[in-house]
Amino acid sequence: MENLVEIRDLKVEATTDAGRRIEIIQGVDLDIAPGEIVALIGESGSGKTTIALTVMGYARPGCRISGGTVMVAGKNMLALSEGQRAKVRGLEVSYVPQSAAAAFNPSKRIIDQVIEVTRIHKLMSPAEAKEKAIGLFKALSLPDPDGIGNRYPHQVSGGQLQRLAAAMALISDPKLIIFDEPTTALDVTTQIEVLRAFKAVMKKSGIAGVYVSHDLAVVAQIADRIVVLRGGAVQEVGTTAELLADARHPYTRELLSAFEPKPRGESVPVAPESRPLLQVNSLIAGYGPVQADGLPLIKAVQEASLVLERGRNLGIIGESGCGKSTLARSIAGILPASAGNLTLDGHELARSARQRSREQLRELQIVFQHADTSLNPAKSIEEILGRPLKFYHGMKGKARDARIDELLDMVRLSKALRSRTPAELSGGQKQRVNFARALAAEPKLIVCDEITSALDTVVAAAVIDLLKEMQRELSLSYIFISHDLSVVEAICDEIVVMYNGRKVEEITPAVSKVPQHPYSKLLFSSVPKLDPGWLDRLERDPELVKTYVQG
Amino acid sequence: MRTYVLGLITNRLGSSALTLLIVSFAVFFATAMLPGDTATILLGQAATPEAVAGLRAAMHLDEPAFFRFARWLFGLLQGDLGTSYVNNVPVAQLIGARFVNTMRLAGIVTLIAVPLSLILGITSAMFRGSAYDRIVTILTIGVISVPEFMIATSAVLLFSVYLKWLPALSFAGDVASFWQVLKIYAMPVITLTFVVSAQMIRMTRAAVIDTINTPYVEAAILKGASRWRAVIIHALPNAVGPIANAIALALSYLVGGVIIVETIFNYPGIAKLMVDGVSTRDLPLIQSCAIIFCVGYLALITFADIVAILANPRVR
Amino acid sequence: MTISTTMPRRLSYRFSWVGMIGFAIILFWAVIALLAPHIIPYPVGEIVDEDYFGPMSSKLLLGSDYLGRDMLSRIIMGARYTVGISLAAVCLACFTGGALGMAAAVVGGWFDTVLSRFLDALNSIPSKLSGLVIAAAVGSSLSVLIVMLGVIYIPGAYRFARSLAVNINTMDYITVARTRGEGISYVVFSEILPNIIGPLLADFGIRFVFIVLLLSGLSFLGLGVQPPYADWGALVHENIGGLPFGAPAVIVPSLAIASLTISVNLLIDNLPKKIRDRSA
Repeated sequence: MENLVEIRDLKVEATTDAGRRIEIIQGVDLDIAPGEIVALIGESGSGKTTIALTVMGYARPGCRISGGTVMVAGKNMLALSEGQRAKVRGLEVSYVPQSAAAAFNPSKRIIDQVIEVTRIHKLMSPAEAKEKAIGLFKALSLPDPDGIGNRYPHQVSGGQLQRLAAAMALISDPKLIIFDEPTTALDVTTQIEVLRAFKAVMKKSGIAGVYVSHDLAVVAQIADRIVVLRGGAVQEVGTTAELLADARHPYTRELLSAFEPKPRGESVPVAPESRPLLQVNSLIAGYGPVQADGLPLIKAVQEASLVLERGRNLGIIGESGCGKSTLARSIAGILPASAGNLTLDGHELARSARQRSREQLRELQIVFQHADTSLNPAKSIEEILGRPLKFYHGMKGKARDARIDELLDMVRLSKALRSRTPAELSGGQKQRVNFARALAAEPKLIVCDEITSALDTVVAAAVIDLLKEMQRELSLSYIFISHDLSVVEAICDEIVVMYNGRKVEEITPAVSKVPQHPYSKLLFSSVPKLDPGWLDRLERDPELVKTYVQG
Repeated sequence: MRTYVLGLITNRLGSSALTLLIVSFAVFFATAMLPGDTATILLGQAATPEAVAGLRAAMHLDEPAFFRFARWLFGLLQGDLGTSYVNNVPVAQLIGARFVNTMRLAGIVTLIAVPLSLILGITSAMFRGSAYDRIVTILTIGVISVPEFMIATSAVLLFSVYLKWLPALSFAGDVASFWQVLKIYAMPVITLTFVVSAQMIRMTRAAVIDTINTPYVEAAILKGASRWRAVIIHALPNAVGPIANAIALALSYLVGGVIIVETIFNYPGIAKLMVDGVSTRDLPLIQSCAIIFCVGYLALITFADIVAILANPRVR
Repeated sequence: MTISTTMPRRLSYRFSWVGMIGFAIILFWAVIALLAPHIIPYPVGEIVDEDYFGPMSSKLLLGSDYLGRDMLSRIIMGARYTVGISLAAVCLACFTGGALGMAAAVVGGWFDTVLSRFLDALNSIPSKLSGLVIAAAVGSSLSVLIVMLGVIYIPGAYRFARSLAVNINTMDYITVARTRGEGISYVVFSEILPNIIGPLLADFGIRFVFIVLLLSGLSFLGLGVQPPYADWGALVHENIGGLPFGAPAVIVPSLAIASLTISVNLLIDNLPKKIRDRSA
């Protein structure tokens, strides 16, 4: 047998809340040659993680492998006893989880968890194992390789934990490693370092890999072959180069087209005499007890100033913890700013939403990232959209019904969804309802806080198109907050880059389309491209990386 | 780090002290709500107004309630539990020996119930959904759902009426031989162990299940660890805090259980004393007993919380 | 406890047989309690047996008590007191505690801090102890019992409702409602309550069981329902002398309590589940 892994006609069943069984993996075939890295790519619910875990003969609680064979190095994992499977797990096949932060036991030292595999499978003495682990820490370019193992998981950063999880998977010299979205939870600038470390170690030791991801550009950097999944079935398989150059399946093409740069619509020329829609002056906001100077202990936003012209869009970009969401929340008055002032359409806005007039609240709407938590699950779509109509516009009865239909139509949703509850809608549909609720207020400005981040690539692209269309029709302005540069570039006229609570740069296309500030340059250059050679060619100034990347 | 932990513990102790203050306030004012005048009740309707006034002054009943509370609390802090209305002896003297009896009963039950519940709770969580787990769950829900006196009467029916192994009533004074002691304690201990263990098993099981359903336990299984190893090495150390809390909360059912058990088996402990005090409306006695139980319970909960603080690796 | 059997579109309910048995027994006792005076075979106070602690017979289905009164009639009337007092008390506890808990979660600030501090402290007094202290101070008339049992369980109901409401309160849809300019009562009743009503009803059931158990315990100690009335706990208390003979008079009331409390627990653990598969 030449393949390391041969999966034939794999079927997995899941039990629903009501006790019904449904087939979530519907007859999948998959081969992996020794030393080959195969990527499983697809949207949430496509079954990519479920398939990857069956290689270890494992199904999550509630799921059951109901058919097929999974041959790993000549053994059918599904025919083995639980005890025999345990002998393969960790030794021949090991696993790097999506969130290493959750997968490390909080009460044990890192080194003990990394070498636990050698203890379970009696591979070597603890002293040898520790020495080997330190070697791996070095290979994965972790800082302080001799000492980092003695810490507890909560004492190291997310990017480091992800690499430590890889060391844990590598220590037994497995034949195959399963990577389950190992960089999804990381910031882009950190992701580069982790990806590079993974790639270097895998290539050097000739270990095969299954790389589960939703991000085609990331996968392009590391995989030899790509398997495109949807609805628990394989859509298309090909080498990375083939698939990127010549995708045949329509779904793969859709995935690819989401990466194409979108032509930005002609931006509306600003009349010189018109006043700006929103002005933010030296805003300071944060959390924690108020200090003697009247400012909060932890200042998440420091002295931020912004100007947004009518009919234009402003993008705010930065990595986790840079203060972009806090800025959005203080503009909306949810987290009242501690200092600075806000002007909407020439009128001063109170810092707290409670002190703003109903009219001011109506004019400035905010839309959140997670449609799941933004829509009340106990209410129907009709009630959700009807409330702002009644509250702001006093609409009742037929007029309100007609307006709800109109709003659903605007966001391209069927009227048949009116009586459904949010749980009965898909992620993209929910985000459209979420947006329609903001439109119901007939605002001048909508603050969009990461509204596409929880959506799959294709769905997110459609939502962005919708936003642009609404803007043309309704003369709206957006403040668009995101960590994803491509999304922000697709819709915004001006881009503000934030780092560590401060605005580091404002990129105005009229002046320059290229970032000038070193951090912005680092950030912009870290966004993966579809080109498979991108990661290998990417050069980063080590000094810059040291200054700005906490990975 | 050490000062941080000390800070957390001091904070927890302070919070318990505040709780105790509120509790003693509540106990005092619940008993001070007594309709009618205490002095009149004590002396009877036939008492002369002068006698009533004299007693009122002697008992400080003419002072505002808040002062009486302060006086009572201050007395408690100095170990002065007041004087019984009924037989005019210091409450401390009435409680003395009986307190030891109750503590002995509670201690024996704890020694049996804690290990038993840990084993049953942890194993039923490990084999969740198995026949074994279902039997344990049904039994615990059954015991939790019925009143304590039903457990006690069932034990009497089984062991003394049908099997005739044990006497129906026990008197802790009569201890001639080891066999006698065993017979005396058997029934109260069996009853209380049932009541307390059922709660403890259920809470321990829930705490362990919570930690078994974590990604790091899944990760251990995917490293090739056996089920036992995954639970004992990875889940249990993280469940120490929740389990300590579960045990402390379950031990609080000792208080309710002990009240019923001491009454039904005529056991000379403070719970029996308190129930008798309620029938005679001996308020100082009731207040003192109530405070003793509350202090005991709060001490348990506080101790469990401190264990949880110390067991948390994030603050260690 | 009523169960909505309405079936809104596409949704159906799955109700396990264990839950149905629980529901049937609760319904049985509810009907008995309502109709009690009309279905008792003998007046409750009347001595109908020359023997005391008589055995079960065709004349006296559940035997006689320590005075020779008909046990069946006393159990049927006892259902009124056990179910009635407990139901009134649990309503008091859950409505007051629930409303305060939700309000505290939404209002926050010092209102929440002071109320939580105070009620949590009261919650740390074991319930039977509170019962004894209050019974000693103000006696145990029926109305005092209802208020006492209700008040003892307010802190628990408060804590439960508050913890649920605090979770919901962090949801973005609450933030959306607040930035829309909605007031506190709209947020509590239209946004929060519909999302926690299920767990609140389950808590209502659990607290009902607690109250039945506490009431029975107090009555068993002779400090609950007082003669001439008698709930099931009081029936065990007055007939405890029959225990050495295994008399039905002491066993049957215990079984009645157990049947009620176990049924409520069974029903709560097996509530009808909404079947909502997206891929229906």
